[in-house]
Amino acid sequence: MAHTSNDRWVKISITILRILVGWHFLYEGVVKLYNPEWTSFGYLASAQGPLKPLFTMLAQAPVLDWVDTLNVVALITVGITFLLGIFEKKGALVGIGLLALYYLAHPSFPGFPQINVEGNYWLVNKNLIELMVCVLIYNFPTGQFFGLGYFIKTINPK
Amino acid sequence: MKWTRRDLLKGLGGLPILGAVWWAGAANTVYNRKERSKILKQLNIRPSLPPTVPSIDGEPVRVGIVGFGIRGEQLCRSLGFATDEWVEDMKLAAQEDPNHKALEDFQKQDKLNVKLVGVCDVFDVRAEKALRSFTSDDNAIKRYTTFTEMVESGEVDAVVIATPDHWHAPMAIEALNNNVHVYVEKPMTHTVSETYELRNAAKASKAILQVGHQHRQTLSFSTARDIVEKGTLGHVSLIQTNTNRNDDNGAWNYDIHEKASPQTIDWDQFLGSAPKVPFNKNHFFRWRKWWAYGSGLSGDLLTHDYDRLNCVLKMGIPESVSASGGIYTHNDGRNVPDVLQVNMEFPNFTTGSSQAKGKEKGMTFCYSASLGNSYGRPTILMGHDATMELGNRLTVWPDAASTRYGEMLELGKMQPNVPIYQYNPAANVPDAISSATSQYFADKGLMWTYINGVRVDSTFLHMREWLSVIKNGGKVSCGIQEGFEEAIAAHMAGLSWKLGKKIEWDTATEQLKPIEGINFDEVLLYNGKWEHAVPMEEEA
Repeated sequence: MAHTSNDRWVKISITILRILVGWHFLYEGVVKLYNPEWTSFGYLASAQGPLKPLFTMLAQAPVLDWVDTLNVVALITVGITFLLGIFEKKGALVGIGLLALYYLAHPSFPGFPQINVEGNYWLVNKNLIELMVCVLIYNFPTGQFFGLGYFIKTINPK
Repeated sequence: MKWTRRDLLKGLGGLPILGAVWWAGAANTVYNRKERSKILKQLNIRPSLPPTVPSIDGEPVRVGIVGFGIRGEQLCRSLGFATDEWVEDMKLAAQEDPNHKALEDFQKQDKLNVKLVGVCDVFDVRAEKALRSFTSDDNAIKRYTTFTEMVESGEVDAVVIATPDHWHAPMAIEALNNNVHVYVEKPMTHTVSETYELRNAAKASKAILQVGHQHRQTLSFSTARDIVEKGTLGHVSLIQTNTNRNDDNGAWNYDIHEKASPQTIDWDQFLGSAPKVPFNKNHFFRWRKWWAYGSGLSGDLLTHDYDRLNCVLKMGIPESVSASGGIYTHNDGRNVPDVLQVNMEFPNFTTGSSQAKGKEKGMTFCYSASLGNSYGRPTILMGHDATMELGNRLTVWPDAASTRYGEMLELGKMQPNVPIYQYNPAANVPDAISSATSQYFADKGLMWTYINGVRVDSTFLHMREWLSVIKNGGKVSCGIQEGFEEAIAAHMAGLSWKLGKKIEWDTATEQLKPIEGINFDEVLLYNGKWEHAVPMEEEA
């Protein structure tokens, strides 16, 4: 629990980070959910790097339908858990898994063509950074500070 | 337990954020989709479904292959027969590069109900390769020394003709006269008079003729036809098609086989009606470089582009053709040009107009070819309202000065640099107002022609259609009328280049307008540019 004002600001910062990441995930998931024509085919089919065969396989029918659905479900799960501040550790794990797949499908390795990126990256890219944010949220859950977790804490004080 | 306001804020504070983000995402997506479907609804384009044909039931069609060179082998693979050598090569290629899918695609190809029963090739090595590869316990394939022997044997129902151009018509006519079905490679004929003779033979015969323009099976072209018919492009005044090649194979300098000799090649039969010249390996393997056997860019490659567009627009034979060019990139003894520009005029053709009646009419079809540069210039149809890039996939951009889309452009609902329609047979859905990303993937060629998830060879579809019509009746997509138009258009281009003159077509009489003192067939067959000057008094 926060004993110093310093700790309090750390908690507030991490909470804001959690809200922003949740926001980002939820919006992506909802946009895909409401667009039945959306497919991850292009992203998977153009995959680079050592796991290229795996992603190419995922881009084949009928697996692709499952991949698309799971992707939307996972995005929305992370979004809801982060925004509501409940089961956020589980949500963070889903987020880590998802971002790891995104990163590996288009890794910023030197020598690979950088497809579908808006900046310049060497090894580190935004997916990897967001992944680390999920790791942080896993280790510093703030749902009890701001979120539905607050009620659980109040009902079952340890 | 009693919750204070502070408790509720800390516990439920995320809820309004969740609601807001969800609402924003849903509202934006639904709005964009609505805007998009408005445009799509206005365009009303129907992406065409893969062609289906009645099945080829009953006794297998007995097919003979005539000419077992590069194209002959490809055509046999489309029929379902690959040589042992090719299978070996493709296995090695797939081992080296897992993305090399030629063998896999071949093995996945549906089996056609055919028996390959005969082969005709004047080069022993090629004929023997076919015999060795395609003979099995239940199928004895026979070599025929001459084509006549093959069609008169009564053992062959259908022939696939993949010979040099000068043999196309004589063989096709003989087969049709014997009621043997014909699949003939392009160009359909080598001279103007042959084109009429073959048309007569096809009309008189009970057999089915299909000209080898497999492009007609490409799904995007039937979609393109729908786009044009719905007036999406407005009045198309110019079409640009191109050939861009820069390698030996592209310049028809094919490999010369080590075993080629007067002993292994029936040289007289190869020459046929061509001028009698001594045995020449270069002529035999690289025949496309000489007018005596081939027809260069106008017969080999212009025909593809012309027919592709004729299949979309049905514009028919041009009223006039002017061509220029020369031998500028491969001065190696050939006499067909390797840089060629052909302008075909269709002054009375229209694809419809969004402007005042009578303002727009007429179109130029421009074919521009070089065998000395491989920069990929796309095929473009330029209309008053929109521009269409036509390939395996197709893209339509609105024109900044369009009449039809004027309002939408003004309101910012359309932008000249953003496609309003994109069709890709491999993608799940047609994509109007595509994102930069999907544009990128499409450009990369990552999305190819798939039918039920399998990449399909258009030549296979073309062959399948021909065989189905043989068995079930119906109409082939490149029959004698389409072939006639293709051949005449190609000959007009060749004649124009050779004579340095405009060649005109009389639509009413279906004849080339005569030029005093010129025999068109003599000019076409003449090796090189026509050098005989037209006597002044005859020209006057």
